[in-house]
Amino acid sequence: MPQGRLAGPMPWVIAIMVALTVIAAAAGLALSNTARNAADALSGGVTVQVVEANPAERDRQARAAARVIQAMPGVEDVHIVSQEEVEKLIEPWLGARTGEDQIPVPALVDVRLRDPVDGEKLGAIRSQVRSVAPAARVDAQSSWLKPVFKAIDSLQWLALALVALLGAALAAAVLLAVRNALGVNRETIEVVHLLGGTDAQIARIFQRAIGFDAAGGGAVGLALGLVAVLFLGQRFSGLEAGLVDSGALDWFDWLLLALIPIAGVLLAMLTARQTVVRALRKML
Amino acid sequence: MTKSTDGEIVHFDNVGLRYGTDREVLSDVSFTLFPGSFYFLTGASGAGKTSLLKLLYLAQRPSRGMIRMFGTDAITLPRERLPMLRRRLGVVFQDFRLVQHLSAFDNVALPLRVAGVPERDLAKPVADMLDWVKLGERMHALPAQLSGGEQQRVAIARAVIGRPEMLIADEPTGNVDPDMAIKLLRLFEALNRMGTTVVVATHDVHLLRKVPDSLIMRLDKGRLSDPTGALRYPPRPSGGFGARG
Repeated sequence: MPQGRLAGPMPWVIAIMVALTVIAAAAGLALSNTARNAADALSGGVTVQVVEANPAERDRQARAAARVIQAMPGVEDVHIVSQEEVEKLIEPWLGARTGEDQIPVPALVDVRLRDPVDGEKLGAIRSQVRSVAPAARVDAQSSWLKPVFKAIDSLQWLALALVALLGAALAAAVLLAVRNALGVNRETIEVVHLLGGTDAQIARIFQRAIGFDAAGGGAVGLALGLVAVLFLGQRFSGLEAGLVDSGALDWFDWLLLALIPIAGVLLAMLTARQTVVRALRKML
Repeated sequence: MTKSTDGEIVHFDNVGLRYGTDREVLSDVSFTLFPGSFYFLTGASGAGKTSLLKLLYLAQRPSRGMIRMFGTDAITLPRERLPMLRRRLGVVFQDFRLVQHLSAFDNVALPLRVAGVPERDLAKPVADMLDWVKLGERMHALPAQLSGGEQQRVAIARAVIGRPEMLIADEPTGNVDPDMAIKLLRLFEALNRMGTTVVVATHDVHLLRKVPDSLIMRLDKGRLSDPTGALRYPPRPSGGFGARG
């Protein structure tokens, strides 16, 4: 084919597709890491809230609850959250709490088990705590974040769907470019056929041409995508939110992102080959 | 696939060809071509010469009848096996059909590349072939930079570079001056003497006299007639051409 190229804008179309795929895949991987790290961090966590208006009674029940839980098997750590820590936690919502008109806040006991919390362990803790702290409520920490995990799960599927759609769009763009090139080069293809050229030989020419375009476009797309991912990563790390920080990409994730342009090249070449072979079958 | 028949290179049996639902452009065409013979295919414009040549160089399947080439049934042959038959042919198209973005050298080298000849073995035979058609100094020119006659010679060089068993030429002297036409005919005769079967389609009756041993197939409104008596059976003992009536 002339200059060995299918169409002028093709490498740029591939570059854009690959860049968007890298960003979507990076978002999906970051969400996956966030969900996994959060689940790991919270899986053994239990929170005891003592909801009692009388501060002295509240503190007594909290200490009693901590004591009985500490004596239970499988408990790694029990920590009574100090009043200062609790007030710091709720400050963003209720403001600085001063004076006598303070709304009473529950006492908190943070419990860490060696293994993930299940219904049986939670039931055992509840029954132990109820006898010494009737105002206590016992919850697994992971249950609080269930809606968040569900949302993250949905976003992960969305990212996966975006990657699949971008792959399909890339294949469609290649298909159109190859069909156009087949039309433009029909005369040459007929001549090569009549000189004894096989479908495989002709398909190889198109494959090679689209392979060069896809490799160039893929490299540019990967660079653009990585710049965007690094920029967004920097911005998110500036939020200093634990959940967001836990989504940082590890080396395996970066390796997966680097494989996207290679997958793009293979997809483009396969699409080109199938399109050419299918079109040539209609010729004698 | 039909069993190989000794001594024949092409056999047409009751071949008919129509495009779409139009009337047949070729009807009941039957003949046999023998190796090492020189044929002229003549007829008025629209008589079906180019259609018959298309069947010969496997660019078209007939609507009916049987075609055997090199002992192989070309009608039922799977299309993926057609390239192997086509590589045994050399074709000079009426409109040359040179690849416009390739130089004269690359156009002539194309059949060898298609046949898988390594690049290192291409340069000399292609250069020699271009010298032979007096285009050695124009080998890097693109077709658009060549005159009609030069393009025709490139097309001829491309057709014969692979030493085909049969050379099919559609009006090969149509765009060249009389002197060059004679030279090209001599080139075809030389190839023919080396064993290549040559089929030249032309409407130039003067050309027929230039090759004394040639045999003539005449097409008239899609039907083949036999002015040299070659369609008689059995084939002429002296000539390579024969066909059954």
